Amino acid sequence: MPRTGNSEEWNGGEIMGLPATILPELPVVSDIGLDENAKRLTPERIAEVVNRIIDKETAARFRVYLNTCVHCGLCSDACHWFLSNNRDPRFSPVGKVKQTLWELMKRKGKVPPEFIKECSRIAQTECNVCRKCSMYCPFGIDIAYLLITVRRICHQLGIVPQFMQDTVNSHAATFNQMWVKQDEWIDTLQWQEEEARSEVVTARIPLDKEGADVLYSVIAPEPKILAQLIGNMAQIMAVARIDWTMPSFDGWDNSNMAMFSGDFEIMGRVERAHHEAALKLKVKRIVMGECGHAFRGAVYDGPKWLAWREPPVPVVHAVDFYHELITSGRIKIARKFEEPVTVQEPCNIVRGRGLGTKLREIIAATCADFRPAEPAFEHNYCCGAGGGVINCGPPWKTSRVKGNSVKAEQLAATKAHIVITPCHNCHSGIEDIISGYKLGMHVKFFSEILMQVMEIPDELRAE
Amino acid sequence: MYDFVSGPLVWIAFVLFIGGLSYQFVRMLRTAKKDKVVYPYMNLKHGLRSLLHWLVPFASRNMRMRYETTIITFAFHICLFLLPIFLTAHIVMFSFAWGPQWGTLSERTADWLTVLVILAALFFLARRWMLPEVRFVTYWSDYVLLAVAVAPFVTGFAAHHQWFNYETIVIIHMISGVVMLGAIPFTRLSHMLFFPFTRAYMGSEFGAVRNAKDW
Repeated sequence: MPRTGNSEEWNGGEIMGLPATILPELPVVSDIGLDENAKRLTPERIAEVVNRIIDKETAARFRVYLNTCVHCGLCSDACHWFLSNNRDPRFSPVGKVKQTLWELMKRKGKVPPEFIKECSRIAQTECNVCRKCSMYCPFGIDIAYLLITVRRICHQLGIVPQFMQDTVNSHAATFNQMWVKQDEWIDTLQWQEEEARSEVVTARIPLDKEGADVLYSVIAPEPKILAQLIGNMAQIMAVARIDWTMPSFDGWDNSNMAMFSGDFEIMGRVERAHHEAALKLKVKRIVMGECGHAFRGAVYDGPKWLAWREPPVPVVHAVDFYHELITSGRIKIARKFEEPVTVQEPCNIVRGRGLGTKLREIIAATCADFRPAEPAFEHNYCCGAGGGVINCGPPWKTSRVKGNSVKAEQLAATKAHIVITPCHNCHSGIEDIISGYKLGMHVKFFSEILMQVMEIPDELRAE
Repeated sequence: MYDFVSGPLVWIAFVLFIGGLSYQFVRMLRTAKKDKVVYPYMNLKHGLRSLLHWLVPFASRNMRMRYETTIITFAFHICLFLLPIFLTAHIVMFSFAWGPQWGTLSERTADWLTVLVILAALFFLARRWMLPEVRFVTYWSDYVLLAVAVAPFVTGFAAHHQWFNYETIVIIHMISGVVMLGAIPFTRLSHMLFFPFTRAYMGSEFGAVRNAKDW
């Protein structure tokens, strides 16, 4: 069915004012998770779930937010989807709430399965829940929270993009995101330990070491497809002489896509396993690799769901950790990285932790030619991949890349050659943008820069 | 009719307004307990810091991105408070009934500020029509709310200048004031009550929990 802007079918709402807005048709994307599962939905089931989630799982914020919004549209300019789609109002934050939640509320959940499919598409694939819009709403309405509530409803109805749901299934079955088996995990660590030792003789990846200072956790794509990052970390830890460990057992993966699919029960289990691994090993703190959503899950969304105000073990993001290593002199910089670099500031650690300044400081310490992107810090544009959007898989890649042309323009304006992306989602998302818009740039994790400029003392250097 | 409108109806309006706001306030506090994060995250310093950045014109990036909207929105809201409280005619009636009185705006100033409110309302209307992102999320109720907010000013202006039949206009003016006061707690005009809390909560979550700014 073609999707037209004014179709009662999908937006269900009135568009007031003159003249009527003519909105272009958007391409139809087929996704089994939406199309097939929607066939099993009944109107009764939909109404039951919608009303249950709204009545039982939401409280003051939800009600006040909906009663406070004056439909002013001032949140729109925050959103890269809106800006990149020719200011199409269907992509503005409030526009997305209107097409989903307002209609669900107005019709008291009495909507057809097609409508729930649209809700899933909008909330799951066209919003990165990056929370920038709540910095533009004059009232500070947490629009991302409203759209996550829509995701929650869709999840409870089983309408989740197929790739996303597969990832959540992996979390549920294996406690990691990518179906990594126990032996594969340990093998990968041993392999990377060997690799690291071919550069730094003292490099080790100590497994299950009780009482270590640091538990280092990663997201499952690292052992699966980016194993060298773990080897890099083993070298960095050895040079910095950090007492660290990694768990051989479940809880090593700090990623959490269930947080983004609306499956909060699985999200809670995954986060609990992660923190319990740290508690079991009696470490002083968790240091996590360069990933933004993992930080959000471990520090905010997971603890929130588990009714912990703070995580039980302090969690330090890699950017914070590198900053500590560099400023304390544990890592010395032998030479500067010469190529011009810019940075993609991950929402979940810049807007989510205020690490923008530290990120600039470690770049300044390691790179000779930094080209800042504008807007910056908390106002930076999301990469378009975060919030689970990239995990919705190949069917949604075209709309994701098209939905972030402002990012391409922002990066191109810096004229940098390298985009530092201290987040896995940003890394993949920016890579897609670079190739989609032919920017001719490359992405690097900060650790990859650090590996090139870090001084390895002679006594540690392998022959 | 005049006696009813200027007597009991005023009481009804204030009961609705103050009672309604109190009801909404208590309800917010009670439901906030169910919302696990609100009380633990709320933080006075960061809440106020955020409020300040959104109460001072151009202190937030979004306000700097659209000068006209910022100036007009601030002017509109300030006049909305100033005019009814410091209008000579209102104070005369108030002190006639209860005694106390306070400083007033000159008639000329009040006139100009009223025109300002009406022009600002026209700007909001034009914005609703002209900007796709606003038009897309506009319902009939948005026009009604704008009319409810601005009607006391239009009718007050007409009454002051003795347009049409004075007594009829004054009665309409009083009724429109009652409608506005009564509507505030029970419609989206309740942002008058909720704004400081939603902003302070977001400021707290950004500032105290996430170590970031929200302006």
